[in-house]
Order: sequence, then C-alpha cells, then structure tokens
Amino acid sequence: MSPITLIIIAIGLGLAGWLAGRAKAWSFQKATPDARPVARPIYHAWYVAVWVVIPVLAFVALWSFIAPQLVTQSVLASAGAQELPSFGFERDAWLAEAQAVAKGQAPGVFNDGAQALVEPFREAINRYNWIGVALIVVIAFGGGAFAFVRIRPDFRARTSVERTVMIVLLLASLVAILTTFGIFASLVFETVRFFSMISPGDFLFGTFWSPDPMSNPDNPDGTRYGAIPLFWGTIFIGAIIAMIVAIPLGLMSAIYLTQYANPKLRAWVKPALEILAGVPTVVYGYFAALTVAPAIRDAALALGVTNASTESALAAGIVMGVMIIPFVSSMADDSIAAVPSAMRDGSYAMGATKSETIRRVLFPAALPGIVAGIMLAVSRAIGETMIVVMAASTAANLSANPLERMTTVTVQIVKMLTGEGSFDHPATLSAFALGFVLFLVTLALNFIALRVVKRFREAYE
Amino acid sequence: MATIASSTDMGSAQEARPTRTPAFEKRLAKRYRSERTFKFLGQAAIVFSVSVLIFLLGNMLFNGIGGFQRAELAVPIDLPASGVTGDEVSLTAPSAAQTLEMQGLPDVVEFYAVEALGEQGAEQISRDAWRDVADALSADPTLIYRTQTFQLPASSDLAAGLDGEGSPEIQALAKQLAQEGKLGENWDWGFLSRSDATSPQQVGIWGALKGSILTMIVTLLLAFPIGVLAALYLEEYAPKNRWTDLIEVSINNLAAVPSIIFGLLGLAVFLAAFPSFRSAPLIGGMTLALMTMPVIVISGRNAIKAVPPSIRDGALAVGASPIQVVFHHVLPLALPGMLTGTIIGMARALGETAPLLMIGMRAFVATPPDSFTAPATVLPVQIFLWSDEIDRGFVERTSAAIIVLLLFLLLMNGLAIYLRNRFEKTW
Repeated sequence: MSPITLIIIAIGLGLAGWLAGRAKAWSFQKATPDARPVARPIYHAWYVAVWVVIPVLAFVALWSFIAPQLVTQSVLASAGAQELPSFGFERDAWLAEAQAVAKGQAPGVFNDGAQALVEPFREAINRYNWIGVALIVVIAFGGGAFAFVRIRPDFRARTSVERTVMIVLLLASLVAILTTFGIFASLVFETVRFFSMISPGDFLFGTFWSPDPMSNPDNPDGTRYGAIPLFWGTIFIGAIIAMIVAIPLGLMSAIYLTQYANPKLRAWVKPALEILAGVPTVVYGYFAALTVAPAIRDAALALGVTNASTESALAAGIVMGVMIIPFVSSMADDSIAAVPSAMRDGSYAMGATKSETIRRVLFPAALPGIVAGIMLAVSRAIGETMIVVMAASTAANLSANPLERMTTVTVQIVKMLTGEGSFDHPATLSAFALGFVLFLVTLALNFIALRVVKRFREAYE
Repeated sequence: MATIASSTDMGSAQEARPTRTPAFEKRLAKRYRSERTFKFLGQAAIVFSVSVLIFLLGNMLFNGIGGFQRAELAVPIDLPASGVTGDEVSLTAPSAAQTLEMQGLPDVVEFYAVEALGEQGAEQISRDAWRDVADALSADPTLIYRTQTFQLPASSDLAAGLDGEGSPEIQALAKQLAQEGKLGENWDWGFLSRSDATSPQQVGIWGALKGSILTMIVTLLLAFPIGVLAALYLEEYAPKNRWTDLIEVSINNLAAVPSIIFGLLGLAVFLAAFPSFRSAPLIGGMTLALMTMPVIVISGRNAIKAVPPSIRDGALAVGASPIQVVFHHVLPLALPGMLTGTIIGMARALGETAPLLMIGMRAFVATPPDSFTAPATVLPVQIFLWSDEIDRGFVERTSAAIIVLLLFLLLMNGLAIYLRNRFEKTW
C-alpha cells in the first residue's frame, strides 16, 4: 500500500480523534454550564488529533522503509524462491519483475523463472498491508485513548497544543539549516574523495583540462585535471563579457527610469524588464545557441576573422548579460532610491543639471549599493548554467579571444554528471569539486555584498 | 532644469555684472549638451533592453507558430470496404489499437495511401500513420461505416521538402502533392496531447507538461507549508540569539546559491537515499522545493512585517495567546502577500532546468508519467533535449514548446500581480 494511502488513513483517524475529543469536551460543558473550562473544546479536539496523527505518521515513515524488506524476506523464504539464481543481477531482475507483476504494474513476467515468485509476492504484499493497517489502527487508538483519558475540565489543552505548534514552527525553520548543511556536507564529502585521487595542487593550478571518464580510475592522470581554464572561462564569460553588457545597460536604464521617465513610461517599462528577468534560462540558452551565436560568427567571418566559432564565448556572454540587465537595474534602482532626497535637492539648489546631479551626487552616494548589486549579479552569472551549456563549448581553452570556444565550471559539472561515468571515477567526482569551488565563491560574493548593502543602508538611516 | 533656467534669467536681468560672458555661455551649452547626451544614453539603454525582449519573444512566436502545425497528407480511406470491422465497444476498448493492427489496418492505410498519392507519395507517409487512424476510430466509432479522408502525418523528410529544404527530388514531390491539394500544413492540436517521440512529426508536449505539473505539486506541497511556517517563526517568535542568526544567514545564502548546486545536493542526497526513483517527479519536486523555500520565506517575512503591530497588540490585549495572535490575525492578513511570493517562486521553479538535469530527468520518456514515482521529464528539460536534436523539424517544435512554457509563466505571474493588486492593503 502506498504511503499516500497510509497518510490518508492517518488523517482520517486523526479526524475521528478530533471529533471524539470535541464531543467529550462539549459533554463537560453541558454537564456544568456554569463552570468555566480551562480550554475551549476545540483545543481538546486538537489535542486528541495530535496524539493520533503524529505517532501514526512516525510509524508510516518507519513502515514504508521496513515493509518492502519484510516482503522480500518472506518471499525468499517461500517455496518458489528455491529456483532463484543465487547471486547478482539476474536475481534482482527476477525479484523486481515478480514484484511488478504482483503489484499490477506489469502485465506479465519476461523470465519464466520469475512466474513462481508472483504468487508469494502477492501474498506477502497483501499480508503486510493488513499488518501495517492493523498496526496503524492500534497505534492511533493507543495515542487517542491516552489523550482522550486526559481530557478533563481542568486540563490545559491549549497550552499543550500550542507547544506542539511551536515545535512544528521551529522544525520548519530548521529545514533551512539542514539544507545548507546538506549541501556543504555532500560537496565536502565528494570533494575529499576527489582530492584523495587527484592532488588539490594539480586541480587548482593546472592549466590543462581534459578528464577521461573511460580511463582507469585506479591510476588517474592528475595533469588532465587542471581547472584553471574552466575558472578563466567562467570569469571571462560571466564576470567580464556579461558585465560589459549588463552594467552600462542596467545602470543607465535604472537611472533613466527613476530620474527621467514619466510615470506612464515607467509603468510600462518596469514590467517589461521584469518579464525579461522571468524568462527561463533555457529559453535564453536556446536563443543564444540558435540566433545569437550564428549571427556573431557570420559577423566575425564578414570582418575577416577566420577562426570564429559557433560556440564562442561572446555569444554566451552577451546573452547572459542581457539576462542580468533587469537584476542590475533593480539593484541600482534600490540603491539610488535609498539616497536621501536632501542630497539631490541640495545639488539642484546649487544650479547643477540633472545629469550632473546624478553623476556627481547620486551615483557616488549610491556607489556602495551599486557595487554590491554588481557583485550579486556576478555571483548569479557565474552560477548560471543553461545558457552556457547550450551556447558555450565543452572544450576547455585558456584564451582571451572572445570569438574562441570556451567552457565554464557549470558546463563541466553538467557534462561530467550527465555522462555514463561511474560514481567512483575522478572525472565524475570532479563535478563535485567544481561545485564546491562555485559554492564557496558565490557564497563569499553574496556574503560581502550583503554586508556592504547593510552598512550602506545604515549610513543613510 | 527649471531651476537653472530661472537663475540664468536673473543673471541677464542684472546687466551690471556680466555673468553671461561668452565663456560662460560656452560652458553652459556644453553642460546642456552633456545633459542631452546622458538622457539619450538612458533612453538608448531602455530601448535596447525592450527591443531585445520584443525580438526574443517575436522570434519564439514566429518560429513557434510553425511548431503548432505539421505537414499532413490527405488520404481517403473506404473503411466499410477495407475489411476492418469493429463496433462501438471494441473500438473504444483500451486494446482497440492492437485489435485493429491485427485486422491489418496498417496494410489498409498503406493501400489507400498508394491509391491516393502514388508509390512515391505513399513512401512519405510516416510508418505509424495507422495509429492516427486508430485513434480517430476510437474517438468516433461511427467512422467505420463511412468513407473518410484522413489527414496523416507526412515523414519529416517530406515536411522539410515542403519548407523548401532537402533533396531536389523530395522538394519536387512536396511541391507536386501540395499543388494537388494532398499535402498541407495543418494545425496540429495533437501536439498538446502527445509525448516525446523520435520524429518531430510525432512529438507532443503533454508528457513533459504533465511531468512539470506533478513536479510542481510536490514542490508546492513541500515548500509552501515549510516556507510559511519558517517565516512565521522567524518573524514572530524567534528569540534573538546565535541560532536564529544562523537560520537567517542560511536562508539568505540559500536564496543566492546557484541552482545547479541544488541539483548536486539532490544527486548526492535524495538519489542516494532513493536510488529507484531516478528521474521521478518526486525527487525533482523535492530538489526544487529546497530551492523555492528560501524565496517563500523571504517574501513571507516581508508580508508579515507589513502587518501593523497594532493588530497584534489589539489581539493580545483582549487575551489571545501568542499562537492565537499569529494564526487568527497575522497569518490571514499576511497570506495574500505570502501567496504572491509563493507563485513567483513557483514560476521560477517551473522554468528551472539545471538541477533537474543533475538528478536524471533528462531521459527519453515517451509516455506521460502516471504517478509521482514514474520516470518523467519536465517542460524546460524537454526544450533543452529538443534543442539538441539534429532534425530541422525540431527547431519549430522547440519554439512551440517554449511558447507553451512562457504562457504558463505569464499565467502564474499574472495571477501573482492580480493577487497583489486585489488584496494588498496599505495600513
């Protein structure tokens, strides 16, 4: 029986407990209408429901792990299992097939040997379904009865229910820490495994990147794991080309929208920029690969550059820059809006023109915020994946020519993990090391940027 | 500008002191010039950004229109004379296609195709065309008593020939058939109800769309409750201490972590825990939920902050407990704002590709997933996969899929804006 059915059963039992608790609390009120109960009947109802649902859910979580193993064990003990091959792949395949047939997921077995196992499987699944449901009912009844007995006019049901609510709230907010910890732990774990095969020096300072997923994993060639070309490609595409596009355009559109544009234009252009920000990256990637990259190559060929590639760094970088424009614009918008209007008015009072005020007063005053915004934009650009996966190359190249092919950290992560490589191979594990570097760099950029923004806000408040 | 103009007026009124010297005029003209240049640069930036947007959307729309059409060949089939039989019951049964195949429907279709289009033309009917006939019969069993002209998908070679590509012979054939009115581009509504296939003439996006919907349901069910509860805790109850700071720092950082890192987490943790659910919407939804949750928490906290303290004080004053204050008063007032943030977060998750590639949702899935644990793909990944196809026919199909994806995003963002305008209160 699927966990969803079990959860629905749990909720149904909880509802029954809820009604029973409320009925009992009501009966107290009816018996002595003058006495004031400590808690309203609805809290008694919730109290019983909590005591039913939480133990049952805990059991369901446990049971959904245990039950399949119990089923398999009892099938292996049955008479039909004597025919099973003793080890390995074939054995697993037979078991899986018989199980699928027994569950009604497959019409029939492929291997005849598995046919004998279908009936035991069906029986075992049936048996353990009933055992599971019976245990659920027993647990629900036990929890419910415990809570039900405790309901008395002077029982503080509300405090008890509220304590549970508080614990649930705390657990929900701990999910964030758990996620951060999970990311950190999984990246560190796999990175350490990678560094036990490839020395960190080779990885961080080598200039040749060409891992071979088919090579012998026991004796990896450390010289093929030099990540400098990847770091350079990432910086060149994300932090240089993209920013050359995004910073002037984003800044100027923010300035124009906040300082010059009339409200009507603003009301039209701001949503348009938001749409630009909401376009999925895979669409940008498709646009870059199909429209921008060939156009750039043709333009380069027309100008007499012969080695221009359709997977040039320039195409990916430009489209990435366009993607970042709204982000830079909204960050700059916020920082300019945070500058006190007294400063602007003062500048106007001295006879400065609008552009002089913007360039000499507003911009310098907003600079820390803008710089922080640009740092956030860079961190977003270097972590961006789909545009570079679709438009940039997979070949590592250490070059400063934007028309050449170049690859980035994210492209290599995708390449290494979507291939056929085994999980114990350094080529696959290198993806985690690259991910770890990416994680640390974006974390550092964000951390510094948020600090700067915070201090900058405080300065004007 | 107004202030400057009036000050120069005053200067010219006082003839005694010559402020408007030629040098001054020159400087002023230069300043005005740079003012105009600056303004022009601003306008240019806006115009560039907006025109890129228009070009991008126009490009997708232009290509995508073709993706909703396909080249089809008109084949009249005399079903009563064909020997294929059936009644309402057998034709609407799930096994109808198998029964019809056994009765020789493929040969019947081929025979009439040769009759209508000639040997050469019949070769260009795609091999599975009889399935379209079978589907039409299932949808309307009375067809079996009539002679009916079926629009059958042409091969992708012929479709390319119709667009003026491919070998000269095929182009000539396409031209000839089109002139006879037997070959034409028809609206292909089946695109919205089929799944992935190897030929661009046979593909559809329903499989990917359904995968996206299932994934989004998992994401919503996990991220929304956790996000809202975490936002309530942090904003209303959390004591100011080191643990709370740690939670806040992790949420802010998670919101800025590149999405591909969440994919690595999903691969290393979720797939390691449930290896049999590779490329299942359940795992995809869990991964995206972790990515969406910080967005919901941050927007939820802003919505809670916007509820004025007087509401809390009023409730506390009449004897509500802290939990009652929050769940009876603050949460209902903050909910529209939280929903807006949630929808925006979900829209981002719907367009996300990279983390799902990491957890294996890039498989070729030819049937729509029928449960949360069945292998599935999602719309953006489908777009990515089709964009890698060499066959020219996929270009238009990819753009059509992009249009569908963008429509969904537009719908979600529109809903968010509507909620914001409808329920937003300024206190």
